[in-house]
Amino acid sequence: MTDRPAPTPSQTVGPYLALVLPWPDGPDLVAPGTPGAVRIVGRLTDGGGEPVADGLVEIWQADADGRFDHPDDPRGPQVRPGFRGFGRCPTDADGEFCFRTVKPGPLPAAGGELEAPHLDVSVFARGLLNRLVTRIYFPDEPEANASDPVLTTLADVDRRLLVAAAESDGTLRFDVRLQGEGETPFFAL
Amino acid sequence: MSPDHSRIRLPPAYRPEPAGTHPPLASPGYASTRLRSPLRALHVLPQRLTELTGPVFGADRVGPGTDDLTRYDGGEAVGQRIVVHGRLLDSDGRGVPHALLELWQANAAGRYRHAGDRWPAPLDPHFNGAGRVVTDASGGYRFTSIRPGAYPWGNHPNAWRPAHIHFSVFGTAFTQRLVTQMYFPDDPLIPLDPIALSVPDPAARQRLIAGYDHDATVEQWALGFRFDIVLRGREQTPFETDRD
Repeated sequence: MTDRPAPTPSQTVGPYLALVLPWPDGPDLVAPGTPGAVRIVGRLTDGGGEPVADGLVEIWQADADGRFDHPDDPRGPQVRPGFRGFGRCPTDADGEFCFRTVKPGPLPAAGGELEAPHLDVSVFARGLLNRLVTRIYFPDEPEANASDPVLTTLADVDRRLLVAAAESDGTLRFDVRLQGEGETPFFAL
Repeated sequence: MSPDHSRIRLPPAYRPEPAGTHPPLASPGYASTRLRSPLRALHVLPQRLTELTGPVFGADRVGPGTDDLTRYDGGEAVGQRIVVHGRLLDSDGRGVPHALLELWQANAAGRYRHAGDRWPAPLDPHFNGAGRVVTDASGGYRFTSIRPGAYPWGNHPNAWRPAHIHFSVFGTAFTQRLVTQMYFPDDPLIPLDPIALSVPDPAARQRLIAGYDHDATVEQWALGFRFDIVLRGREQTPFETDRD
């Protein structure tokens, strides 16, 4: 192998991603009725506060033990029947998306640190020339969040924006604001 | 968490793309970016376990005929039949096997089968414009379709999108996820298109354009195009004997 091939540029998903990207089982990482299942909902809005009705939100996460069904997990891949670590949900006319999943376990990081339970999030939409990446953290993990190696690099206001809000029925809400007031912190990988 | 996992050796991270590869999120020529691109700088996220792993799909997400967009609802789609093939690679030149590619496109007249597409070009009852394929053991993929038409859009006066096919690609890690568009060679609309032009590096932009591939052209049947897709490679690669 002499020349390394150069990476392919990103382009927007455009307004018609619904032709193929939504899956009937996309929002469900676990089946309804699974013990410990949690609903995560949110609203995708633009810089004018208007809902983004043609977007797609994807999540990727560890299982309840903090393990991945993936060959590069140094502890070995862990298959967990009834759980798929990936979910995707198109936004509706109100910009809303939802997932049914379980809270992931904490993750080991380099240097003996622990990452607090979190979900990685990708946001796609017309007008986004590349995906946006963010993370969802859990409101019932104040101690783990306080020592999380990613959250601790952020300003207080950004840390708060990455923690989902618990609603009275146990649903977690994580709104994504693409631009302006309350803009969601996004990451470069 | 068992104690033997407390000190963990992460796999190598993925290298960033060279500057100029990806469009800036705020690209004023593309009007929809104005209210949808963040105003604040992105925070750098060092790749850890969640970023170094990712969903692995296989044959469960494709089915018979999902690699042939020319037959829908019991009939044949109208238009120029094409075969699109190529390899999914990482930037170390390694094929990415068993990866899911999802495709969508307009029909030969430039119309999408989507309620939001209102421009008065005909729908084709035998074309729905959606496909799925999985790469083979060496990262190769292939599907059959119809050459999509160009279509007008409201971005600026007399704006037309060049013919294109949308690709959604899962590599092997969250970090490698890519959505892009493939264009056709010698299309005069490409240099006028703010979405294609949003890619800063002209050489990178060129990589979005498929090549005509006469070897892939099927006699008496379909024109062949080649489109390789390159995802980020690893920061450091494990030492291996070069078998090439």
